[in-house]
Amino acid sequence: MIWIELFLTFLKIGAFTFGGGYAMLPLIQSEVERHGWLTQAEVVDFIAVSESTPGPLAINMATFVGIRTGSVFGAVCATLGVVLPSFVIILIVAKFYEKFRKSRAVDGVMYGLRPAVIGLIGSAFLSVGMTVFFPNGLQTAVFSGVGFWLSLGIFALGAVLAFKKLHPIAIIGISAVIGIIAGYALGL
Amino acid sequence: MTNPIAMWYNVWGDPMNKNLDLFLTFMKIGAFTFGGGYAMIPLIQREVCDNKQWLSEDDILKVVAIAESTPGPVAINAATFVGSRRAGTLGAVCATLGVVLPSFLIISIISFVLKAFQESRAVQYAFMGIRAGVLALILKAVYTMFMATKKHAVSYVIMAAALVLTAFLKIDAVFVIIGCAVFGLVWSLLFRKGDEL
Repeated sequence: MIWIELFLTFLKIGAFTFGGGYAMLPLIQSEVERHGWLTQAEVVDFIAVSESTPGPLAINMATFVGIRTGSVFGAVCATLGVVLPSFVIILIVAKFYEKFRKSRAVDGVMYGLRPAVIGLIGSAFLSVGMTVFFPNGLQTAVFSGVGFWLSLGIFALGAVLAFKKLHPIAIIGISAVIGIIAGYALGL
Repeated sequence: MTNPIAMWYNVWGDPMNKNLDLFLTFMKIGAFTFGGGYAMIPLIQREVCDNKQWLSEDDILKVVAIAESTPGPVAINAATFVGSRRAGTLGAVCATLGVVLPSFLIISIISFVLKAFQESRAVQYAFMGIRAGVLALILKAVYTMFMATKKHAVSYVIMAAALVLTAFLKIDAVFVIIGCAVFGLVWSLLFRKGDEL
């Protein structure tokens, strides 16, 4: 049953993502690939769509995967799944805020989780990097080699602009324009 | 307020008013925040503290602290927290529904548009470029988070372990998260007794 599967998968993603945004990428990548819902390249494309549209990445991702695999009702199931763990936990925490804040257990768990999230995003960086630079696997000479250097150039430019604090949407826009111009000019 | 929706719901009296107000305020937050995550905090602060005065500046820091140490999207955490503080569980439902709805509608439309144009050459070239751009954005995110964490021997070990386990040994991220949480807890109870919270 695709709807229950969507709900449960996104429930898992919602329950195990700390820090929001990119921290959930490794989970989404592995879950979505395991179920065969999206390819890795589609996941990366959708990160861009998600960055350029309003709202949290998790909700955007859930809605998108849901629609792709199980129509609008699938999107409702996936979104409900990703929201539910947060919702329930916050309702409980809001009542016991002081206890929660002073809890040794919560502090200890976060002591382990904060650096873990950085490692996880680092891992997402590596796997997205593989998708970008070696779309056909490490052995193949990319698609003609030109694509590799083009991607590297756009990545380097994007990194410089990102560290100069240019808005992510502007970086995505610039990357798209370069991709279109270079694509037609080089006949990739 | 000259907003027609506001005028409409004001006639329904207070309980209705409170929940609808939460719903509309968080719908606005959901509709105008790009990128998600902590990028939403300033907008939430402006709406919830400055405009509506539902929470004090101090409470917003609480929201951030809670969002940090509970799972799920920051926006959902914030909406549920503010909603439940203001109007109980129903308020939490209204605020959460409000913050989710714009995303849901916009993405539904976009996914149909994308499907229609995904065969187009120009769109394929655009995404070829965009993928490399997204990689740069992820690099920036890793760097920013790295700079913001407290760095010591234990945190370096956890970072490296999480990276190697997920990227190279292909361990499920869920197990890595559970493992690091348990490790952090045990380590803290054994070796960090003197630290202040």
